[in-house]
Amino acid sequence: MNSTDRRLLRLAAEDNVLTAITRLPAGEELWIDGEKVRLAATVPLGFKVAARFIRQGEKIIKYGVPIGSAVRDMARGEVVHTHNLKSDYLPTYTWEQQAAYFSHSQ
Amino acid sequence: MMQGYLRSDGRKGIRNVLVVAYLVECAHHVAREVVQAFRGQPVHLIGFPGCYPNDYAFRMMQRLCTHPNVGGALLVSLGCESFNRTELARHIAATGRPVETLVIQENGGTLRSIREGCQWVEKALGQMAEAPRVGMEARELVVGTICGGSDATSGITANPAAGRAFDLLVEQGAAAIFEETGELIGCEHIMAARAARPELAPEIVACVNKAARHYATLGHGSFAPGNAEGGLTTQEEKSMGAYSKSGQSPIQGILKPGDLPPTGGLYLLDVVPDGEVRFGFANICDNAEIAELMACGAHVTLFTTGRGSVVGSAISPVIKICANPETYRRLAEDMDINAGRILEGEATLEEVGREIYEKILRTAAGEPTASERLGHQEFILTYKTFEPVGPACLPRV
Repeated sequence: MNSTDRRLLRLAAEDNVLTAITRLPAGEELWIDGEKVRLAATVPLGFKVAARFIRQGEKIIKYGVPIGSAVRDMARGEVVHTHNLKSDYLPTYTWEQQAAYFSHSQ
Repeated sequence: MMQGYLRSDGRKGIRNVLVVAYLVECAHHVAREVVQAFRGQPVHLIGFPGCYPNDYAFRMMQRLCTHPNVGGALLVSLGCESFNRTELARHIAATGRPVETLVIQENGGTLRSIREGCQWVEKALGQMAEAPRVGMEARELVVGTICGGSDATSGITANPAAGRAFDLLVEQGAAAIFEETGELIGCEHIMAARAARPELAPEIVACVNKAARHYATLGHGSFAPGNAEGGLTTQEEKSMGAYSKSGQSPIQGILKPGDLPPTGGLYLLDVVPDGEVRFGFANICDNAEIAELMACGAHVTLFTTGRGSVVGSAISPVIKICANPETYRRLAEDMDINAGRILEGEATLEEVGREIYEKILRTAAGEPTASERLGHQEFILTYKTFEPVGPACLPRV
């Protein structure tokens, strides 16, 4: 499980996502668990990327515990955020959703 | 050695502030004008905006007006609101603190009330300066922790560093309080495993389940759009990051707002109301939680932030710990500790934890925090309903 780029932090051994400890630009090539990956999108500081292929419906594990479920398949190195991960408890509200709500209600 | 202001109940304060408390929104302006006349002096504005009575709000006001950091109180009433001003004044007077009640309707209106309020505050500050100061040790401190403006860095730098500081405080015998059960959703079983006594474990789980039900009814958790902008995706993810503020100590008990920790050690503060969902969101913003930590006697609150909150509080100092190195560079003058150094490899979690612990002791010894220097006095108090904690929730003293 070694040879992962030092700019990606694994918080627990069983995690299937890694946290970027600095901004990683799109196109950057880096190692994740011994495999070379080219980032399709920029990963801002603190954002997550998939540590391996993750199937739709699978639990996303960070800090060693589930933080929600994958809403679609993800490739290794793909950014994991509101577009492909949802809470198992409560909906996540974003500014886009609020903007859509207010434009609809006017 | 720290010096504390000795209060009649034996607790010691690290500040000696006078609070001006409005007892209904209608009295807010008069109270604020009095406070503004004492800019730069330890005169802080607190209050309750509602007109209808509420046991929680009354208890909060009792606890806040007799907080160890408070040396005196001016109560400002319009006159017709339901708040039991007489009982609150009697409670404060019984602790030996100077207290005065201004009733605007009986007092000739706005200008006369402001004038009389200012005269009384002037006199009371003189009296308060005579409060006895005595030696105070770290074990006598009560410290709260809260996170606000969280992003994905909060849970890997500032929060676990605050957790290390909590562990150091608990080792000294101090009381440490973490809170927001709505931000602990998903962590309940891990927390229950840390209960100091077996009977406490199911209470911890029940407390988080109550929060989950409460938020499900409202359809909205504590997750703010800024959290998503900062890289957090779900409530559970935010929770795991928030949870690390609690450190590693055993959990001694569960408090509700206004309960004082009966011993040193780590406590969970349950801030989600009991009973049916009646008054809306459990906490409408971070300041509501800071007020609740203060009502439990917190001398100091650790505030961790990734996005960069600037708030402080009335009554007791807030120490701000910035998780994100980019945010720290933008908002350095609002921050006390740069935990973002951990991400840049310039400091370890242990080092920042120790730094936070030492900052707490210096703050307790009188050093102002960034938010105190900047004059922050945020305060908010709204309606809630609570039942007393059950016998399994507290250690036997």
